[in-house]
Amino acid sequence: MTDLAAIWNSERQRVLATLIRLLGDFDLAEEALHEAFLAAAEKWPRTGVPDNPFGWLVSAGRFRAIDQMRRAARLVHDLPDIAAPESPADWADDGLRLIFTCCHPALPAEAQVALTLRTVCGLTTEDIARAFLIRPPAMAQRIVRAKARIRAEGLRYEIPEPAELPGRLQAVLHVIYLVFNEGYLSQAAPRPDLSAEAIRLCRHLAALLPDGEVMGLLGLMLCHEARREGRFRDGAPVALDAQDRSLWDAAMIAEGRGWLDRAFASGSVGPFAVQGAIAALHATAPDSGATDWAEIAGLYAVLERLQPSPVVRLNRAMALAMVQGAEAGLRQVQPLTRGALADYRLAHLAEAELLTRLDRPDEAARAYDRALEISAGAERPAIEARLAELRAGAAGQENRPRPAAG
Amino acid sequence: MQYMFLIYLDEAKFADMTQAERDAFGNGMLDYDEVLKASGHFILGEPLKPPAEAITLRAWEGPLTLTDGPFMETKEHLSGFILVEARDLNEAIALAARMPLVTVGSIEVRPLGVLERV
Repeated sequence: MTDLAAIWNSERQRVLATLIRLLGDFDLAEEALHEAFLAAAEKWPRTGVPDNPFGWLVSAGRFRAIDQMRRAARLVHDLPDIAAPESPADWADDGLRLIFTCCHPALPAEAQVALTLRTVCGLTTEDIARAFLIRPPAMAQRIVRAKARIRAEGLRYEIPEPAELPGRLQAVLHVIYLVFNEGYLSQAAPRPDLSAEAIRLCRHLAALLPDGEVMGLLGLMLCHEARREGRFRDGAPVALDAQDRSLWDAAMIAEGRGWLDRAFASGSVGPFAVQGAIAALHATAPDSGATDWAEIAGLYAVLERLQPSPVVRLNRAMALAMVQGAEAGLRQVQPLTRGALADYRLAHLAEAELLTRLDRPDEAARAYDRALEISAGAERPAIEARLAELRAGAAGQENRPRPAAG
Repeated sequence: MQYMFLIYLDEAKFADMTQAERDAFGNGMLDYDEVLKASGHFILGEPLKPPAEAITLRAWEGPLTLTDGPFMETKEHLSGFILVEARDLNEAIALAARMPLVTVGSIEVRPLGVLERV
């Protein structure tokens, strides 16, 4: 029986993906999947596990679904056509078809995330609701509506045509990265399981579709995840330069770098691969001072061309400050804190750090005050500590230079 | 996870039906129970006698008081329940959506809670 649990874990997603294609309906396929495993639990202990458990489960699920439709037809008098099973070669891409359908642009972004987590990753509605801090009935409705929309709009269960693929793939990668960040960025309640699901999904995608951006995203997520330990101390965030780097997972960083090498070798380098390369430079540096800031600034310049945004410009300015000095960084940061990033806490913190390094404590204190004004409760103690440190320094103690957080 | 399907029906609607229509619903519900049993979801399920046969108890101020009829006088009343095992709320919803009575009544889906001794 331990076999069945292992097979459930390894085959569940593939069997479901194929059943959705054969049956043309998410709910019917889920029920068929359930019944197929029920049949296996009943039969395999007596007959042994078949040579091809995947094929057996697909056939059993399809058979049960037809049987159930026949029963239902007694009430509705209408038996839909069901595709006959074909050669196993047609099954290989079903996992991809499922991801593309769940992340179809006709569905609202939040529904794409919910449907992917439930159908592709196998999380329960209640788990997803907890992760996104909404009540389970609201999440359940979101999922029901998404499935209804797929049915109503007749969204085809297919891998997009090559001409459409880049845009559609971008949507899929975006959903995967959202799922990852949901599990990684939240400091109140980090959810390593969500990050692990995102990485697993991206690995799966990279195996099926080794595109540069797929491998780039995988490398990026691994280089972040490897540094999960060390980001918080007693619940408070720890700046990159103050983190204990011995807590980082060197093997995972090496794996991430391997994927990034492959991404850059593929010739199609996009924003995820560039962000991955930046994360890898941070992850492999022995300390903040020995980080290749010039290379990081250069990569941010590339990223800004690919995906212009004020936050990217802020990060580039901070890397530049490490290479050309705080004065040069400040010249680029101040237009942002007085413009596009006036309500962005990290921009004011960056400005405060540069001003501290330039020994302009009064202006630095004002920048910290502005950061405090727009900070949530959990972020405040760390900022207040910096402010206190600064005031103590201004009162006569030695100013300790602090490099930027990356 | 276990979920309770609470089935609320309007008796007046059933009174307006022909006997054949009422029988079709009865048989449909029996078929539905069989489907849930075959798929391993079914735990327990029974219809309830009409609210005219209900009696409601209270002992809020000490002595027991008994009231004829259901706890609440409403147009739709609780007329049956089914307890199922489902993977999650969306699977429970998919199961409940297939209940023949969903076309005339309301099915409330409620997850079972756990009362822990503290």
